[in-house]
Amino acid sequence: MHDRSPTTENPWQHLRQLTPARIALGRAGVSLPTDAQLDFQFAHAQARDAVHLPLDCQALAAELEKHELGCLHLRSAASDRQIYLQRPDLGRRLDEASAAKLDEHAGDGCDLALVIADGLSALAVQRHAAPMALKIAEQCQAERWSLGPVALVEQGRVAIADEIGQRLKARMVVILLGERPGLSSPDSLGLYFTWAPQVGRHDAQRNCISNIRPEGLSCNLAAHRLLYLMREASRRQLSGVQLKDEAEVPALEGEPRAGNFLLG
Amino acid sequence: MTYSHSVGGTTWRFDDLREVMAKASPARSGDLLAGVAAGSDAERVAAQMCLAAVPLKRFLEEALIPYESDEVTRLIIDSHDAAAFAPVSHLSVGDFRNWLLGEEADESSLKALAPGLTPEMVAAVSKIMRVQDLILVAQKVRVVTRFRNSIGLAGRMSTRLQPNHPTDDGAGIAASILDGLLYGNGDAVIGINPATDSTAGICELLKMLDAVISRYEIPTQACILTHVTTSIEAINRGAPLDLVFQSIAGTEAANASFGISLATLQEGYEAGLSQKRGTLGDNLMYFETGQGSALSANAHHDVDQQTCEARAYAVARRYKPLLVNTVVGFIGPEYLYNGKQIIRAGLEDHFCGKLLGVPMGCDICYTNHAEADQDDMDMLLTLLGTAGINFIMGIPGSDDVMLNYQTTSFHDALYVRQVLGLRPAPEFEEWLAKMQILRQDGNRLQLGRELPEAFRRALEKMA
Repeated sequence: MHDRSPTTENPWQHLRQLTPARIALGRAGVSLPTDAQLDFQFAHAQARDAVHLPLDCQALAAELEKHELGCLHLRSAASDRQIYLQRPDLGRRLDEASAAKLDEHAGDGCDLALVIADGLSALAVQRHAAPMALKIAEQCQAERWSLGPVALVEQGRVAIADEIGQRLKARMVVILLGERPGLSSPDSLGLYFTWAPQVGRHDAQRNCISNIRPEGLSCNLAAHRLLYLMREASRRQLSGVQLKDEAEVPALEGEPRAGNFLLG
Repeated sequence: MTYSHSVGGTTWRFDDLREVMAKASPARSGDLLAGVAAGSDAERVAAQMCLAAVPLKRFLEEALIPYESDEVTRLIIDSHDAAAFAPVSHLSVGDFRNWLLGEEADESSLKALAPGLTPEMVAAVSKIMRVQDLILVAQKVRVVTRFRNSIGLAGRMSTRLQPNHPTDDGAGIAASILDGLLYGNGDAVIGINPATDSTAGICELLKMLDAVISRYEIPTQACILTHVTTSIEAINRGAPLDLVFQSIAGTEAANASFGISLATLQEGYEAGLSQKRGTLGDNLMYFETGQGSALSANAHHDVDQQTCEARAYAVARRYKPLLVNTVVGFIGPEYLYNGKQIIRAGLEDHFCGKLLGVPMGCDICYTNHAEADQDDMDMLLTLLGTAGINFIMGIPGSDDVMLNYQTTSFHDALYVRQVLGLRPAPEFEEWLAKMQILRQDGNRLQLGRELPEAFRRALEKMA
C-alpha cells in the first residue's frame, strides 16, 4: 500500500521535535503534499480571520464591569479596517466624538490610564486582554495608584494611547492590543507602557512587552515585568529606551547553543 | 522647474520633477499615505505622458533630493559615468523605454550602460512600463557575482537557505539547514536572521555555520543578518564571517534611521575584504531593501517610494555586493496593500536593480495583514523566474517562525526549476549531484531516494 503512495515522505521527520519550523513535509513530485498544503492554508486563514475579526467591545466591557472596571467605548479616526490597514496615522488618533467623550470623563486625572485596542488581532484581545487588565487593576490597587476608566478602542494603534492618556490627565498609560498575527501565533497580545503620555511621543519613549499568550509569555509574568517598569518609571519619571536598558531581562531562553547533530 | 502636460482637454501642472515622478507612479498605498500620489487615474497617466517627454539628461541637472543635503544624491551624481551614458544620452524617458525593448539593448550593451544610469532614470522608465516590459528588459541583463560559487549566470537561479529559529537554538537551526540542503537549497547563502542581537550570540552562530559548510564541503557562504557594526565587532573578535549584511535605503536620513552612513558601509566592506574568505571572488556584501523604508523613517523628502528604493541600489552597487534582496512584501499593507501592488513592486525592483548592475534577488513575501496569499506569491515567483532573478528565499514550508511572515519555500524553488528549467549555481549543482541529493536534466528533477551518507551518519548519532 505504502509503495503505491503518490507522495514521498522524508526520513528525517524526527527532526521536527527540534524546531517549530515546517520541516520534513515530504513531497508530491517536488511539490508540497496535499496535507501539508491544507495545513498551511488553515493556519493562514486563522491569521487572516484574526486580522479582520471585529472586536466585540460589549462582551469585553461586560467582562471587565463584572470586576467593577468601568469602560468607555472609543473609536480611532480610521473608520473601518481597510482604512485602518492603509492609514496608520488615522489609527493613532481618536475620532472627534471619542475625543469629546473622553474629555467629559477626564475629571482630575489618574495615575494610570488603561487602554485596550483591537490592533491587528481582535482574537488576541478577546482571549487575553480581560485577564491581563484585571491583573493590572489588582496591581494598581496594591500600589495605591488611581486607575482611570478603561478605554476600549476600535481600529486603534499603539500611539493612540498617548492621546487617551493625555486627555485623561494620566501619569502613566498602558495599552493592550493584538499583535501582527503569525501563522502559528494568531492570538498574540502586545503591551506598551508610556510615562507622561502626550501626543507626539515616539517609540523610543515606550516600553514593550510582547508575545503575551499561553504558548508565549504568561499574563502573570507580563504583569510582573510591567509592575517593575511602572515602579521604576515612577521613581525616575521616564519610560522607554533609558528605562529598558536597566530593566533588561534576557528575552531568550539561554544563549544560542552551538552544539547540534550536524556537527556531533 | 515646473512641468505640464495637456491631454483630453485638461492641462496638468507639476511643480517639479519629483512631483512628476511621484504622480506617474502606478498606484500603491505608500504613496497615498505619503500624500504624493496622483489624485486620479487621469492625472497619473498625464504625469506618465509628461514624464515620457523628459530628457534623460534632465535627471543629471534636477536632483529629486538636494545634492547638498543628501550623501546618496552626492554618491549618485559624483559616480555617474558620462561616457557609459553616451549611447542613450540623447533620449527622452519615453524613447529610453523604446530603446530598452529593441535589439540594440542586449546583454553586453546593457552591461556597459549600467554605470551611466542613475536610479532616477531607471525608476522613471519603469513607471511607464507594463509588467511584460519589466520582465523582457530585465531578462536581457546578467549580473554575475562570486564568493565561493557563481551566482546570476544565464539559466540559473539560486536560493538563500533561511533556517531561522525563534530562540536561535543551534539544533533547531541545523534541522532547517538539513531540510533545505536535502531539498537542494542554499547556494546563494545560508543566512540566519538572528533573534538575538548580542555579539557573543552572533559569534556562536557564525562559528556553527562555518563548521557546517566546512564539514560537508558545501560550495556556499554563510551570513548572520545583523547590523554591520555587529559584524565588524564579530570580525574583531575573530569569528569566521563570510558575508557582511546590512539593510539599506535610498536617502541619507533613512540610512541614519538604520544607524548607518556610507562611511559605515565602507568600514564593513573593508572589514569583510580583510578576511579573504572568498575562494572564487570577493563579492561579500549582502544588502536588503524594500519599498516604503524611507517613508516609514519619515525620510522620503516627498519622493515616491519606488524611486527611493531604486536609490538604495546606487548605495548597494558601490560595495560590489554578492546579493541584494528586495524584501518586497514584508513592510505591510500601508506601503503595498495587496498582491497586485506587491507583484508589480517586486518586478520594478528587480528591473531597476538589474539595469543599475546590481545582483538582484527577491524575498517574495507577504504578511498576514496584507491582502495577499500563496497564489499571489506563485505569480510573482513565476514572473521573477522568467525575468531572470538571481536568487530567492527558501524556508521550510513558507513559514518563517521567527519573523512571522511567509516567503518562498524549499519546494517553491524546485517548482521554478521544474517549470522554467532554472538550475542552481554550477558549483553547488555539482555538489548536489555528488551528494546524490538532486540531479537536474533540463526541466526534469531527480531527488535522491536515500539520505546522503554523511547526513545519514549525523542523523543516526542523534537517534
